Amino acid sequence: MQESAVYEVAGRARLRYLTDREGLLGPLFLMPAVVYIVALVGVPFFLAIAFSLSNVSVGDTSLNYVGLENFRTIIRTPQFERALINSVLFTVVAQAIIIVLANILALILSEDFRGKWVARMLIMLPWATPIALGTIGWLWLLDSKFSPIDWVLVNVGLLGPGTLLGPRNHMTFLGREELAMASVIVVHVWRMLPLSAVILLAGLTSIDRDLLDQAEVDGASFWRTLFQIKLPLILPIMSIALLFGIIFTFTDMTVVFVLTRGGPVYYTQVLPVWSFFKGIQGGALAEGAAVALFLFPVLLAVAILMLRAARRMEIT
Amino acid sequence: MAVVEIRGLTKHFGQVKAVDGVDLSIQEGELLVILGPSGCGKTTLMRSIAGLEQPTAGEVLIGGRVVNGLPPRARQVAMVFQSYALYPHMTVFNNIAFPLKAQGGMTTEARKEKVEWAASLLGVEHLLDRKPRQLSGGERQRVALCRALVREPTVLLLDEPLSNLDAKLRASARDELQRFQRRLGITTIFVTHDQVEAMGLGDRIAVMNQGKVRQIGTPQEIYHESGDTFVATFLGSPGMNLMEREDCLLGFRPEHFLPQEAAEGRHNLTTFSLKVTRIEYLGADRLVYGVVDSVAGETRTVAKLPSTVTLSIESGESYPFFVQKQHLRFFDKATGTRTEPNPL
Repeated sequence: MQESAVYEVAGRARLRYLTDREGLLGPLFLMPAVVYIVALVGVPFFLAIAFSLSNVSVGDTSLNYVGLENFRTIIRTPQFERALINSVLFTVVAQAIIIVLANILALILSEDFRGKWVARMLIMLPWATPIALGTIGWLWLLDSKFSPIDWVLVNVGLLGPGTLLGPRNHMTFLGREELAMASVIVVHVWRMLPLSAVILLAGLTSIDRDLLDQAEVDGASFWRTLFQIKLPLILPIMSIALLFGIIFTFTDMTVVFVLTRGGPVYYTQVLPVWSFFKGIQGGALAEGAAVALFLFPVLLAVAILMLRAARRMEIT
Repeated sequence: MAVVEIRGLTKHFGQVKAVDGVDLSIQEGELLVILGPSGCGKTTLMRSIAGLEQPTAGEVLIGGRVVNGLPPRARQVAMVFQSYALYPHMTVFNNIAFPLKAQGGMTTEARKEKVEWAASLLGVEHLLDRKPRQLSGGERQRVALCRALVREPTVLLLDEPLSNLDAKLRASARDELQRFQRRLGITTIFVTHDQVEAMGLGDRIAVMNQGKVRQIGTPQEIYHESGDTFVATFLGSPGMNLMEREDCLLGFRPEHFLPQEAAEGRHNLTTFSLKVTRIEYLGADRLVYGVVDSVAGETRTVAKLPSTVTLSIESGESYPFFVQKQHLRFFDKATGTRTEPNPL
């Protein structure tokens, strides 16, 4: 009895000896993160590079080195140019709209008003909704026959025979070249706006209250305060919001996949969706990997540039 | 004529009465110091004058005109914040030029001239191309003053502008500030919780506590003729000793409370026996802490002995101390306000 108690105390002491050693605990606690990054980021990344330099396909899984052949092939494909232009257009336009709207939204939310928390919660909803579900909702809203937007337009007299928007009773948002692209962009803005707005809101709230009071005493108008004080001060944070926005938009495939599948024809095709169609659905793993990797240097450059800019603009 | 006049100013934040019925008038070219402990409402009062807070009740007049409801830009006031609030992304030049740009109606040339004039007033011409983070504390303070002065405001509001400077710099900045204010003759309201600053700078001092002005007067008046027990104990370091009597409170300042040995040639003495508990040696002075018997039992009392009094004092011993009758002050027991001397 007494002996077992002695053992128990000794055991506890030994355990404490182990748990007090940072040299042992550090690697132990880091392990899950390392495993996660290696298994789910590192391995697929290097596998994709290996695929893109080989002639692997679903039919023939042996990896034979072919150099940059896959890249040459996809660049020669007419779809490639369209997908690249679309990807850039889609990202730039969506981000331009998002950053303006996010600034306005953040400015409104940084003021005090009744029901502010309800407004904040509602604004976060699109971001909190799973992308696929949110996009399916939009798919119904933009449906070629049953779109409620069409119905509203018809009833307010903007759509239908003899009206501003044409003689037909349907907009067929996703079936016309410009409208399909615009729809994809609108859905993306809808989804990314909350994130940007919240990041900018954090930036605005962190501005020293004294600076804004000082600007007021100095006689600055709303616009002068906005453009000469607030915006320059949140520029570093804004560039972070922009960086996230660009990466999320450039690499997103859900919105295009669910709404248009790249159509009509190839009008809304973007690189991630094309990569998926080619590699997974078409079975050309090597070419799919090459398309996907095409994004990598672009995104890397964007990330490096923006992080450097943010650092340079940092104001102490 | 009063440049700034405040009538019955009250500002509530919910249940809290930050400013509670303040009346003040500040004369042309005067430097008025608002002195009080933190949370006494002095900053809120100043922000109400600037137009950053809208009063719950009462009026603010600047140049004889009621400015309630007018935004800061319409009031011709300039303000320097405790943090200086220099715009960190602008050069010193652009910081100083900012109020001029906001005001508008000036050519680039005229603006440049004006900025250079303001910079020369405070000797910061050589800093115009720098960013605020490249400036020392003292330089920041001067740049902030330049920015405040560049529009030639009717009133200059200073919110603890010296408290971010280190102790040595503070003394010279105080001196500089006062000379400068005299030279320009600009009406100035200076908020501080530091009584040395207040006594050293103010033409007049308004002592505030709990949202109310307790006394307004010259530094001499508020120190020697304190209007109530709050002012008496807040001013001086340490503050006035208070002792309970049958009919009133008796007060005397520590530096007037001296050992019997120093009484030579002085008349009309009131003596107490001080039981010494602790001694602080401060170089120029000695602070002697102890207790004196009064009607309320033992009362903590402090004496401040100049270094010219060389008598050796041991803690634990009792010594006879005196106060000259002309230095005794009397306060009402219930209200704490000053009363006439009673025959002892």
